[in-house]
Amino acid sequence: MKNQSAAISKGIDWSLIWIYLALVLIGLAAIFAATYQEGDPFLQSLLLFKTDYSKQFYFFLIALVVGFFILLTDSKFYPTTANFWYAIGILLLVLVFPFHSRIKGTESIIRIGAFNFQPAEFCKLFVAFALAKYLSRPETNFSTLRSQLIAAALVLLPAGLAILQSETGLALVYFSFFLVMYREGLPSVIPTLGISLAILFIASILISPNILALALTGIALLLIWFSRRQIRRRRQILTMILFFWAIAVGIQRFAVPLIFENILQRHQVERIYNLFGKDNPYDPNQRVLTDADAKKKKESGSSYNVRQSKIAIGSGGFWGKGLLSATQTRYDFVPEQRTDFIFCTVGEGFGFAGSLLLLGLYLLLLLKIITIAERQRSVFSRVYAYGVFAVFFFHVVVNVAMTIGLAPVIGIPLPFISYGGTSLLTFTMLLFVLVRLDADRQMVLR
Amino acid sequence: MAAYNQSRSNIIRVLVIIAFSVIILQLVYLQLIDRRYKQLAMDNAVYAKVIYPERGIIYDRKGRAILNNTIIYDLMVTPAEVKGIDTLAFCRLLNIDTADFRERMLEAILKNTRVRPSVFKPMLTQELQARFEENSWKFPGFNLVERPLRIYPFGAAAHILGYVREADKRDIERSENFYRQGDYIGKTGLEAYYEPVLMGQRGVQYMIKDNKNRIVGPYEKGEFDTAAMAGRSLHTHIDVELQQLAEKLMSNKVGGLVAIDPRTGGILSMVSGPNYNPNDLSGPEGSKNFSRMQLDVSGPMLNRAIAGKYEPGSTYKPLGALIALNEKVITPEYGYPCGGRYTQCGHGKPECTHAGGGHAANVRLAIANSCNAYFAHIYRLTVDNPKYKNVYDGYLHWKQYMNAFGLGVRLGVDLPSESAGGIADTMVYNKENAGRWTSCTNLTLGIGQDKMQATPLQMANAMCIIANKGYYYTPHFVARIEDEHEQDSLYTNRYKIRHDVLTYIPEAAFNDVIEGMSDVVKVGTARGAQIDGIEVCAKTGTAENYTVLDGRRIKLPDNSMFVCFAPKENPKIAIAVFVQNAGFGATWAAPIARMMMEKYLNDSLSVRSKADSARIEAANLMPAYFKRLQYREDSIRAFKWFQTTRDSAYIERYSRIRQPLHRNLATTIPFSKQPGPLQKEKGRKVLMVITPDNRSLGLKKEILR
Repeated sequence: MKNQSAAISKGIDWSLIWIYLALVLIGLAAIFAATYQEGDPFLQSLLLFKTDYSKQFYFFLIALVVGFFILLTDSKFYPTTANFWYAIGILLLVLVFPFHSRIKGTESIIRIGAFNFQPAEFCKLFVAFALAKYLSRPETNFSTLRSQLIAAALVLLPAGLAILQSETGLALVYFSFFLVMYREGLPSVIPTLGISLAILFIASILISPNILALALTGIALLLIWFSRRQIRRRRQILTMILFFWAIAVGIQRFAVPLIFENILQRHQVERIYNLFGKDNPYDPNQRVLTDADAKKKKESGSSYNVRQSKIAIGSGGFWGKGLLSATQTRYDFVPEQRTDFIFCTVGEGFGFAGSLLLLGLYLLLLLKIITIAERQRSVFSRVYAYGVFAVFFFHVVVNVAMTIGLAPVIGIPLPFISYGGTSLLTFTMLLFVLVRLDADRQMVLR
Repeated sequence: MAAYNQSRSNIIRVLVIIAFSVIILQLVYLQLIDRRYKQLAMDNAVYAKVIYPERGIIYDRKGRAILNNTIIYDLMVTPAEVKGIDTLAFCRLLNIDTADFRERMLEAILKNTRVRPSVFKPMLTQELQARFEENSWKFPGFNLVERPLRIYPFGAAAHILGYVREADKRDIERSENFYRQGDYIGKTGLEAYYEPVLMGQRGVQYMIKDNKNRIVGPYEKGEFDTAAMAGRSLHTHIDVELQQLAEKLMSNKVGGLVAIDPRTGGILSMVSGPNYNPNDLSGPEGSKNFSRMQLDVSGPMLNRAIAGKYEPGSTYKPLGALIALNEKVITPEYGYPCGGRYTQCGHGKPECTHAGGGHAANVRLAIANSCNAYFAHIYRLTVDNPKYKNVYDGYLHWKQYMNAFGLGVRLGVDLPSESAGGIADTMVYNKENAGRWTSCTNLTLGIGQDKMQATPLQMANAMCIIANKGYYYTPHFVARIEDEHEQDSLYTNRYKIRHDVLTYIPEAAFNDVIEGMSDVVKVGTARGAQIDGIEVCAKTGTAENYTVLDGRRIKLPDNSMFVCFAPKENPKIAIAVFVQNAGFGATWAAPIARMMMEKYLNDSLSVRSKADSARIEAANLMPAYFKRLQYREDSIRAFKWFQTTRDSAYIERYSRIRQPLHRNLATTIPFSKQPGPLQKEKGRKVLMVITPDNRSLGLKKEILR
């Protein structure tokens, strides 16, 4: 018996487990603070699955059991079954369309008994498997365009399905896997192009279309002027500049409006514009607003969440108000604060010190995962580890940034802290599979 | 392949650290630098509920409450909850018409939106309140809310007690935002003077509210709450029965009356005419009455007892005699051969009501007969005293005496806006006479005229000084404050100090003057002030006066004045009565004072006094020129109204009425026949003017007929 448990724990990186436990406990406390009413029988409601914190408590127990079983498995199990899981994941995502239940405007949830199940959330794990499996195949040469496209397709397929289920936030998470591909040798041109596109995108929000077009044209003309000697030697350079100019103006004049009008939903467009402090020009109900109207709209509109969230966090000060004395989060001023805005509870209740501690734990976790990834001998383990890293990184940064008004509000949870069974289970499994694989890092998995 | 892109892991590490740094910087800004969010959070979640304390009560000398608190009800409406009510029945219940109902509802919605309650009808009368309570179940959305109200159980002492009103912008600014919109504050009288004592201490209860503005519970378990402390009561020297009698006697008269207990300086009674019932300003009709009184030219809100400036006339003479005696310019036996007029200044003025017969053979006789020539002469002797360099120097010494008697200075009574009266400085005479003047220039100062002005309070206080033979206590109302604190000594201590201002005047001089004043009642001008069994010392006064109206100088009936104290030995009451435009001092003011003394010293009126009191109470001595003055003020206001609004409704009234003539203005006509001051006509008012703010509501400017 003793030997067996020693065998299980052999090679396990306990630091990850400790960080994990700390985060989940902070999460439980935060959910407790956000939902506990004065005079509730604490123990009773904790055990009876009535309140949110008791539900989360049980999810945590389930997650622990699942995690324990994962630690018991053989690490060869994952590379061998990776494609199978991916297929299951896609199947579930497709099944959502006929079987989803309508909950709060999302079409991504399947209801099984008392549990709501969100395949798009789970699928991250399977995509991490599939990507790791594909890149670790001996015959894959990631420097070829073909394999790069296949890898991109593996990631974008579930993302596309999530968008079709109106879960843009979750879909964006899948884009974080490009970070993994970057580590595995994706040419730098692609992230450069991505960043350029992002800059162009933001510029077309901030600057009016005609002026931006003029500016782009100006930049193109300047480029032509400065490289006129080279152009005389090689005509292609001129063609290239003109080509990029045409693409940029095209995106700015046609693609961006197309995205805003047809792909993104109105509240999402609104959130993006709110982030930059602008009114949404694509709003069909757009009227001429007076100053007072605009102010009112600003206070009550979609930026209400962010405003209240900033008030809650800002009022926390250095040491915070104490968990149960936090007025903003305890009395429902911040919407969705059990789930997406849970960071407010920490920010108000424990102030700057508490926020710093929480962020420190996350930073530790992320850097640790990179270290773990880099010490793997097996490509599968490394790619998988980077997959876990990418998902966590994206969730933490975007979630916290949106509560403090640095990112648009997209509904993604804060790993291990936010209320929600599926997400807790998914993140737990992601982490524990990593721990399992890391324990066998001396093995070369295919 | 494993090591192929290993360097990129460092790029990723840097990326992570950059992202976290940005987040932490924003947190530093939000949580540590920007203090705004703390306040915003407080505004969001904490509601400071103000608990208003009960104001203090004011008692008279026998412990009867003359100013008390009661509860009255406001009818509140929450428009959103008003559904399916019988509007007609509701209007009948409240005695309003449906147009009025709609207008009030509209006003409520504009002011506080549909979901918040606002006042539908403030301060229901008791009858309306009872009627509404019976039927309230029929009218959802309407409910009664208590509000405290000041009541005056005796309906007396309006000018003394003052009134409370909602604090206006100036009060709020002056108090450095201690008072807030909607707070009540004492505006005049004792209510204003003792405001910090009477108002008590506001309590604050901090409550937590949630995102829908609902109160969830106390904030921090009430740790920061403060309890409201009721205002403390005042115990005054006022004798409310005496006060009621005085007010009855002064009704329909213009002037002032003050009665002081010389032993303490406690004011027993103070009346200003025209008077009003203080309850009129407090109840449901309060604002209406307030604006009516403010537009009344007779000035019912003005406290003439402390702010009315009158030439004291002959009532000054006892003071003149004391000064001359103390300056040793005369002896008690000094006589003046008055032949009916004073001739030594060359113009034969002032005239005297008596001629010859030795009516001014000594001080005592001169006072008793009120000889003008005698007192004009001894004034000259005083200021031309060879002891002093010149007349200017002599005058200044005389002025010092006057100030010591409390004339020309504020006494410091515990009421706001006390007047200092007026004793002119030499500068004034220098300026008027190009620096060259003699004792003949202001000769009539000797008989209490010229530039001498005194308030009734000052004259009553001067009587106290004579009664006490040289000292006085500052006249005041409040004897003690309930639960007196150390800070309250600021109020009470100065009324305990005996001011020995003129005790250096020999007692013999006082006795001579007091004998003279006693003779005034026994054999002199004020025989009507005799009281059986009580020796009264008094002096009458009659002063000519003029007013300028429409550019003419009009001679008005004389002011009737009377000052006295009684009894002669150990005086218990000193009184000054001034009745404007009434006639001889002995005719009106003297009987009023007599009845006051009788009431106070004997606790009842004699048969003769009862008849007298009925006669005086019924007499209407309101000056007739007020009629013309009121007409002028109102028509000017109507014209200004027309100029600003182009609404000719008021000015038309003035083109129809025949103007009152200048003739006969000097006579006295019954006040009741005079037109009341201008009131806004009912049924015609501008409900609303379009401003950029309310244009969006689609309301039109409405003038309701």
